[in-house]
Amino acid sequence: MANTELKSHEPTGPIEERWREHKAHQKLTAPHNRRKYKVIIVGSGLAGGAAAASMGEMGYDVHCFCFQDSPRRAHSIAAQGGINAAKNYPNDGDSVYRLFYDTVKGGDFRSRESNVYRLAELSVNIIDQAVAQGVPFAREYGGLLANRSFGGAQVSRTFYARGQTGQQLLLGAYSALSRQIEAGTVKMYPRHSMQDLIVHDGKARGIVTRNLLNGKVEAHVADVVLLCTGGYGNVFYLSTNAMGSNCTAIWQAHKRGAYMANPCYTQIHPTCIPRSGEYQSKLTLMSESLRNDGRVWVPRNKEDVTKDPGKIPEADRYYYLEEKYGSFGNLVPRDVASRNAKYVCDQGLGVGQEVDGERRAVYLDFKTAIERLGKDTIKERYGNLFEMYERITGDDPYETPMRIYPATHYTMGGLWVDYNLQSTIEGLFVGGEANFSDHGANRLGASALMQGLADGYFVLPFTIGDYLSPYQKTGVDLAKLELDDKPVTDAVKEVEARLEKLANAPDPKHSPDYFHRKLGNIIWQYCGMARTAEGLKTALQEIPKLREQFHREVKVTGTADGFNQTLVKAARVADFLELGELMCLDALHREESCGGHFREEHQTEDGEAKRDDENFQYAAAWEWQGVPSSAALHKEHLEFEYVKPTQRSYK
Amino acid sequence: MKTKNLTLNVWRQRSKSDSGRFEKYVAKDVNEHMSFLEMLDVVNEELLEKGEEPIAFDHDCREGICGMCGLVINGYAHGPQERTTACQLHMRKVFELGWDELWIEPWRATSFPVIKDLAVDRSAFDRIMQAGGYISIRTGSPPDANEMPIGKHVADMAMDAAECIGCGACVAACPNASASLFTSAKVSHLGLLPQGQAEREDRVRKMVGQMDAEGFGSCTNHGECEKACPKGISIDWIARMNREFLKAMVTADNEVEERD
Repeated sequence: MANTELKSHEPTGPIEERWREHKAHQKLTAPHNRRKYKVIIVGSGLAGGAAAASMGEMGYDVHCFCFQDSPRRAHSIAAQGGINAAKNYPNDGDSVYRLFYDTVKGGDFRSRESNVYRLAELSVNIIDQAVAQGVPFAREYGGLLANRSFGGAQVSRTFYARGQTGQQLLLGAYSALSRQIEAGTVKMYPRHSMQDLIVHDGKARGIVTRNLLNGKVEAHVADVVLLCTGGYGNVFYLSTNAMGSNCTAIWQAHKRGAYMANPCYTQIHPTCIPRSGEYQSKLTLMSESLRNDGRVWVPRNKEDVTKDPGKIPEADRYYYLEEKYGSFGNLVPRDVASRNAKYVCDQGLGVGQEVDGERRAVYLDFKTAIERLGKDTIKERYGNLFEMYERITGDDPYETPMRIYPATHYTMGGLWVDYNLQSTIEGLFVGGEANFSDHGANRLGASALMQGLADGYFVLPFTIGDYLSPYQKTGVDLAKLELDDKPVTDAVKEVEARLEKLANAPDPKHSPDYFHRKLGNIIWQYCGMARTAEGLKTALQEIPKLREQFHREVKVTGTADGFNQTLVKAARVADFLELGELMCLDALHREESCGGHFREEHQTEDGEAKRDDENFQYAAAWEWQGVPSSAALHKEHLEFEYVKPTQRSYK
Repeated sequence: MKTKNLTLNVWRQRSKSDSGRFEKYVAKDVNEHMSFLEMLDVVNEELLEKGEEPIAFDHDCREGICGMCGLVINGYAHGPQERTTACQLHMRKVFELGWDELWIEPWRATSFPVIKDLAVDRSAFDRIMQAGGYISIRTGSPPDANEMPIGKHVADMAMDAAECIGCGACVAACPNASASLFTSAKVSHLGLLPQGQAEREDRVRKMVGQMDAEGFGSCTNHGECEKACPKGISIDWIARMNREFLKAMVTADNEVEERD
């Protein structure tokens, strides 16, 4: 059944009417009937937490799962910069349409217009909701909300709470969720990790979890399942994601029939603190705003890479972004800045600590800005970031340039969903970073928080309600499914056997991290900032070999029936080893460059991403066929009625 | 680049019911640029290679914001660097202090039972939040965000209190294992804002009631919590909470609900 055209179920008509019309015609469930429906939500970040709180409040019987010790720890908490909303409070000409336009263009014309418009439209409600919850956004002296421009946007539409916007929005959702837990409408299952999806009679009907405290594998049956489990950026091993962020929930759902869309669309953030050694466990992001005043450079001569940067004369410094991109300079978009850092390091001009025989860092220098604006102004603007940098590296950025390097930050790809955020499995919905829906091939700054909350508060509670509504009538009931029914007990047994196998590999030699690091190296090298057919083919040969070695040699101590962090890690790595392969397959098939996906064979004379709209203006959705390499490709053709595709240029 | 060998005395405890003990390990060639948790990762990989069980410890974001990590290092909750979580503590700080031998323990408080080794159960904090750490607003029914101006000073104060990451270091550092800093930060954050007024009295009574029900100790103004707090949450919030609580108890129109 390869190459079937996927149906997005998006409404037609004027784009500004679509969501309103769609919502107006959705089927309702009466309040007294709602509690009869059991809703499973996996993940408690912005999307999952908001959906759980909202659906609990509506009266559904909500069961929410997270692997952390509390829903407040979800990785949404780490977002720094802000959240976009088309409020136009600063009166600078912003509108829903403009935010929609910017997001479609920013996604390099690989997203679905109807979804993006809805996102822009709902952005304003998010701010109202968050403020009412007590989210302490930054304010002006007059008491009104403050806005700033972010990521090169021409309007100030970003709301922020110091450098901790994600934290404050998540705590807002967490407080709403806590209120529902207290009210008894939501049951929370912390320290539970989803290991499988139960599909019965063609519909998603439950999940299998492992209780991380006692190792117990259990089934949970429900009427509908919602996954809000975040992105898969940790496939790179090193990323700005939290250590626990993983792809298991979406990957197991994929193996049960949910299509995986555009896995090769990953975003690399240009300003992260570089690796300092082989022991490095994660990379820390430094806000993009630093590029407003910092100048990026490397030494012109290879002999200078180990020199004290302060002693390198102006003439010997290569301000490569300023030289190559006259009008945007240091403020070129994330992907362009990242790729150029890679190029200069590939040429041997990288600076800083040598790791694995290479120096991979460039300078971000505030000397000129300090001379121009004074140390106090710089301190006011970036004081907390400079402090964080010094804590991690031991260097004082007021005195010596920062060293930065790109790192994986966000994954635009994810489970394919239609306009209702329903996957290709009936009754399986997907929200937030876990789905592929709104950012196309590249996500703009301050729009991840926006999407998570729009999905969670304002889209999913309605579309899931619409899905459940018919089942309240007799005769169209969901097939009866109990915990001791065979499909459920079989799923539990399968998970137990899978974990048992991981805990007892035939020839245990290396830690799960050993394999994860190796996988990360392959993906970073061949499916990172710049990709080639040749490199991807190499990766597609290496990954299956590594996976085979992993299942033979992974070493897990302790037992499967207790608190065992090594086993948890091994299970996650096993899934990354499969997803990584699909990611490379997707990158190889997409014979064009777009957004975060840069194929070296497809670039303009200026070295910019060159799309091929004639052949690749579609979302690639992959269907599992037993092994990653035999995945079947399905396409959703993308129409652009409102924003006509153009070529980006930053010269 | 400086490297050093360190002696680690790590608390190992198989489960809640196990009595637990310190065990000695050597961390070899520790590099000054490593984070404290990366140093433990390396020790853990070696333990695994030897066929032993790695040291269990909680952690997630490793950038000081999720609040999941927490270790007592040589008697200091989150280690010796002020306003820094254990995951953001780097070994150069440990080297600077000339510490060659480290004692690494879990948060110690009756209300935070040990799960395994250095990982503890902090669900009591979630229950304090559930008791009243919110403003009751339905999804989809708020007024326009700019309808109610909030003075910058008040908004900033609310944000200062809202920065709490719920890690529990305040409890671990307090000789009474009091959760007053944590509870007062939320009581103050919401109580300062105009949106939070309607439930202000109920909130403080319920949250303080739950804090007591969880078995946390009382605040006797040692100030250790403020010192240990990685986010610099001020002890002033505790004074504020006490005032609010007293006022709520004296002026309340309705009875405090009994909580189990």
